[in-house]
Amino acid sequence: MAIISPIHQQTLLEILETVKDPEVPVLSVIDLGIIREINRVTKAGEGDCWEIIITPTYSGCPAMDMIATGIRMALYAAGITGFRIITRLSPAWTTEWMTESGKEKLKAYGIAPPRPLPKQLHNALFEETLPVPCPRCGSVHTSLLSQFGSTACKALHQCDDCKEPFDYFKCH
Amino acid sequence: MVKERATMITAQPSYLLHLADNALILGHRNSEWCGHGPVLEQDIALTNIALDLIGQSRYFFQYAAEQMGADATEDSLAYLRDERSYLNFLMLELPRGDWGMTVARQFLFSHYQRLLFEGLIASKDKRIAAISEKALKEVRYHARWSSEWMIRLGDGTEESHHRVQESLDHLWAYTSEFFLDEPFDAALLESGIGILPSGLKDDWRGAIDPVLAEAGLKISAGAWQHSGGRKGSHTEHLGYILAEMQFLQRAHPGASW
Repeated sequence: MAIISPIHQQTLLEILETVKDPEVPVLSVIDLGIIREINRVTKAGEGDCWEIIITPTYSGCPAMDMIATGIRMALYAAGITGFRIITRLSPAWTTEWMTESGKEKLKAYGIAPPRPLPKQLHNALFEETLPVPCPRCGSVHTSLLSQFGSTACKALHQCDDCKEPFDYFKCH
Repeated sequence: MVKERATMITAQPSYLLHLADNALILGHRNSEWCGHGPVLEQDIALTNIALDLIGQSRYFFQYAAEQMGADATEDSLAYLRDERSYLNFLMLELPRGDWGMTVARQFLFSHYQRLLFEGLIASKDKRIAAISEKALKEVRYHARWSSEWMIRLGDGTEESHHRVQESLDHLWAYTSEFFLDEPFDAALLESGIGILPSGLKDDWRGAIDPVLAEAGLKISAGAWQHSGGRKGSHTEHLGYILAEMQFLQRAHPGASW
């Protein structure tokens, strides 16, 4: 009879690190900050199980279903079946939850990482925003081409020095 | 067969359906631009906005389905309800028109939606509060994007000014409906779940008027105002949307990917 050793939270985290965002394949679900909690819970009659709490990035992001499936597949592949994935909306996802290593990976991939969220959220419609450094040449002489880029989480910018257009992972 | 569930709808699911229907119908209208935008970036912008709205509608539909129980699902609520059960504002079902019409509608609605969600964040219904918190972040982008376009078109060429002004004149007759208090709004306010729509009007004017002034656009005050969407009385246009959107589920019940 096979002996199943207890799975530790660390093992789960290592598995989740292999689940990538299908649209930005350098970022794992951990880097993105969409894994909010991992809890060991006991339910009467059901025994122990892991509860993995995730939060969506954008309401209509089509990658979210794929990401949840990716998590399920990765855990099954590791032989883990006793888990539930729960989606939680509040507090709403923010790019502040992206890991520093995630931001580095984004930059290396050619996407400008999100800037820190302004300390005070002002409601001014056309508030001035700090320039987004070009992920290729580092210049801060860049301009916004479109607030909406190839996916909901990105805006399209262009570098005024090296002239390359680039995606910016919007601060959200 | 899915039975007509109108009789089961209590105050709260009907409010959730109103919020869901608004987002779904405008999301659907905007999605008609996919592949037809004036330039690629704006085609993408509008389909992104459509996706946000359809995502928001799913949260409200899922919640409504849970409240209603039985065999209600987010899909049955979107695909199997008839026109008279839809509770969206009339403005959102109007044909997309030209770019000016689409932008002007987004502008008028996004500013309303922003104020609504800012209010609903404090809802005692924690689920509504959570969805509002999530959606608000997206709606702020929509308000900004559409405001920039109002200025660009209004303060642009003679042709763009003329066309967006015509759109604004046409749409203005559908704006009062955003701020009409229905009897159940008072009950929602009383229970701490909702807010009074009439209370949003001044802030809404405070948000849109400066943008319109900068765009050089004028409001044709005193125009006839249409209403009835929240009671299920719609324009002829909703039926066409539903015919297209619901066709597959009506022809092949239960079909899935």
